[in-house]
Amino acid sequence: MATLTLLGAIRDGLLNEMTRDERVVLMGEDIGFNGGVFRTTEGLQKEFGEDRVMDTPLNESGIIGLAVGMAVNGMRPVPEIQFMDFIFPAFDEIVSEVAKIRYRSGGGFTCPMVIRTPYGGGIKGGHYHSQSGEAYFAHTPGLKVVIPSNPYDAKGLLISSIRDEDPVIFFEPKRLYRSMKGEVPEDDYTVELGKAQIVKPGKDVTIIAWGAMVPICQKAAELCLPRGADCEVIDVRTLVPLDEETILESVKKTGRVVIVQEAPKTCGFASEVAALIAEEAILYLEAPVVRVTGFDTPFPYTLEHVYMPDPERVALAVGKVKNF
Amino acid sequence: MPSTNKEKSKTAKKTSNGSGKKTSYLREDLYRILNDKNVADPKKEPKIDKEILLAMYRNMVRTRLYDERGMMLQRQGRIGFYVPSFGQEAIQTGTAACLKKEDWIFPSYREPGVFLYRGASIVSMFCNLWGNSGDVCKGRQMPVHYSFADLKLFSVSSPIATQVIQAVGASLASKIRKTKELAVTYCGDGGTSETDFHTGLTFAGAMKTPTVFIVTNNQYAISVPLHKQTGAKRLADKAIGYGMPGIAVDGNDVLAVYSAMKDAEKRAREGGGPTLIEAVTLRMGPHSSSDDPTRYRDEKMYDFWKGRDPIVRFSDYLKSKKLWDDKKEKALHSEIKEELAEAVEKAEKMAIPDVTDLFSDVYAEKTQQLLRQEAELLKEQELRGKFENTSEAFPL
Ligand SMILES: Cc1ncc(C[n+]2csc(CCOP(=O)(O)OP(=O)(O)O)c2C)c(N)n1
Ligand SMILES: [Mg+2]
Repeated sequence: MATLTLLGAIRDGLLNEMTRDERVVLMGEDIGFNGGVFRTTEGLQKEFGEDRVMDTPLNESGIIGLAVGMAVNGMRPVPEIQFMDFIFPAFDEIVSEVAKIRYRSGGGFTCPMVIRTPYGGGIKGGHYHSQSGEAYFAHTPGLKVVIPSNPYDAKGLLISSIRDEDPVIFFEPKRLYRSMKGEVPEDDYTVELGKAQIVKPGKDVTIIAWGAMVPICQKAAELCLPRGADCEVIDVRTLVPLDEETILESVKKTGRVVIVQEAPKTCGFASEVAALIAEEAILYLEAPVVRVTGFDTPFPYTLEHVYMPDPERVALAVGKVKNF
Repeated sequence: MPSTNKEKSKTAKKTSNGSGKKTSYLREDLYRILNDKNVADPKKEPKIDKEILLAMYRNMVRTRLYDERGMMLQRQGRIGFYVPSFGQEAIQTGTAACLKKEDWIFPSYREPGVFLYRGASIVSMFCNLWGNSGDVCKGRQMPVHYSFADLKLFSVSSPIATQVIQAVGASLASKIRKTKELAVTYCGDGGTSETDFHTGLTFAGAMKTPTVFIVTNNQYAISVPLHKQTGAKRLADKAIGYGMPGIAVDGNDVLAVYSAMKDAEKRAREGGGPTLIEAVTLRMGPHSSSDDPTRYRDEKMYDFWKGRDPIVRFSDYLKSKKLWDDKKEKALHSEIKEELAEAVEKAEKMAIPDVTDLFSDVYAEKTQQLLRQEAELLKEQELRGKFENTSEAFPL
């Protein structure tokens, strides 16, 4: 076991898969010689050469379209979009092409690839370096959506994603890149897609979150304990496929739910989870389901600490459902 | 120009991102007026009024000192982020000097000198760096993403090259409304790879709009050198495919930039359609305050361009015309430094935006949802008092 940052664990996962499978290739802006603007791919071009770790021209639609062609021709591309905020020029390639190729060709063509992209706020990046766009992609059938919250999961989920036969969009919580450290096995292991994790068991209130909101919710759970609520915190880990069972079991036990996301409220993935609970477990509920989310505004710069859910805001919501 | 020769770059020692070994880093096809000794070619020398020449020089120095101040404030931890334009002062000033105040400008994030020439308030620009209540954008954007609606300086966006096609739209509106306003847009060498750049040139060529496209070829897009960005030898050649004239100029020769721009401006103004100007220079600073260029930069190329400082070259020219001397230089520096110090002091004192500024300007009128979210936030604030700021600096 080594202690790695979340960023180091992702690099370790890439290294593992590139060593194991020579079909795995990386492409993106600044990822080669410079090792990525966050240094996630540091040293990989030196190790594997320019054919496997490519600095591309500055064009996101190009990066993803290139990956489609390579994937259908037998490779396993892992394209990087430098910031999730810059994925939109590639939206057409992802939504119209990547997501639909298997379906529209009757399974004749497939394009397994992992689109890695840093997302989320808390780094003073303003609205073009902070957004959380998971809902756009979770809303697109044909894509899997994976969001790790800690180094162990980051490596294990990344390896599973690269080995998956379907395209995966892999959101990396950049706020945790360096601040989150943890034990990571040096060798090969996987964390299965479609399995949520209970990161803290509890009996009174279920808090559901993913990515950078998971440690926020863990801190909220600590705040809540002396205030009289024993919270169960669930890390969803993969939005698509969604582990409904773990969520519903917990809700049936606690009867009280807070769902937390960094993205704006309207049509966020939290709404999907809330709808699932309403459809499948309404008779178990003791209080209305509460969402704690970003506001329905663009992501701000100076006031990002007011915009983003923090432990206190989550704890207030827990208090609300506990005392309903 | 750095070697765009792929064979060469493969054999070159890997201390920079794919540079080759070339003795001269200056392309031979560039339009130049000042020679290597900074003497103007009399056949090409533009006729510019003395006041304009001096205003241009002042703007170049002011841009340099503003950038130095911005970087310093970031290094001191007083602002979060900065993007300097070191070495690009001639491109910004030479182009801006050809415009009328009714012309539209669609800049990138590396054009502070264009904002300054147009007359943007320096205090307001500093307020943007702090993202405080004095910022016209109310602290919503990262530093250097200025916006001055009253000066027709379009709001700077981070996503690369989106402004290129927008400028075409603005100039098409001028054409339809017969207002004689041009639109000028700036992007980088990296920007020429983005789809919106090609879309912009396609539309402008087809619709013959009064648009001037300025490509600041500073030879890097963050760490990616030009020869990995494109197979083209000259970015100016891209104009051919879209049916418009393209010209490549020495971007460190303000007279050459001015002349090329004047030509493009005249063509656009007289209904002759768009022009692409490639201004070749080298990015002399980091990509941004988060970047360390020594990881990938070709140091020999850097030294070469250091010897071609556009400000020094222009001051040599002005001195040869007896328009400038060391005494004036000293006085100008202290005047601008004083102006900057005063502006910083004013800007730094301003409070951060109010929490209700989060909710305004999303729409012309707040929706029901926004009104409710705002009310809930104010209630929460009452309940808990302060919001703790746990943001970390841009960890790039
Ligand atoms: C659509 C998009 N993709 C990626 C980025 C990240 N990024 C910011 S600046 C930059 C390089 C731009 O290079 P260039 O166009 O040459 O302009 P320069 O920075 O040299 O002025 C990149 C890749 C972005 N801002 N927008
Ligand atoms: Mg550039």
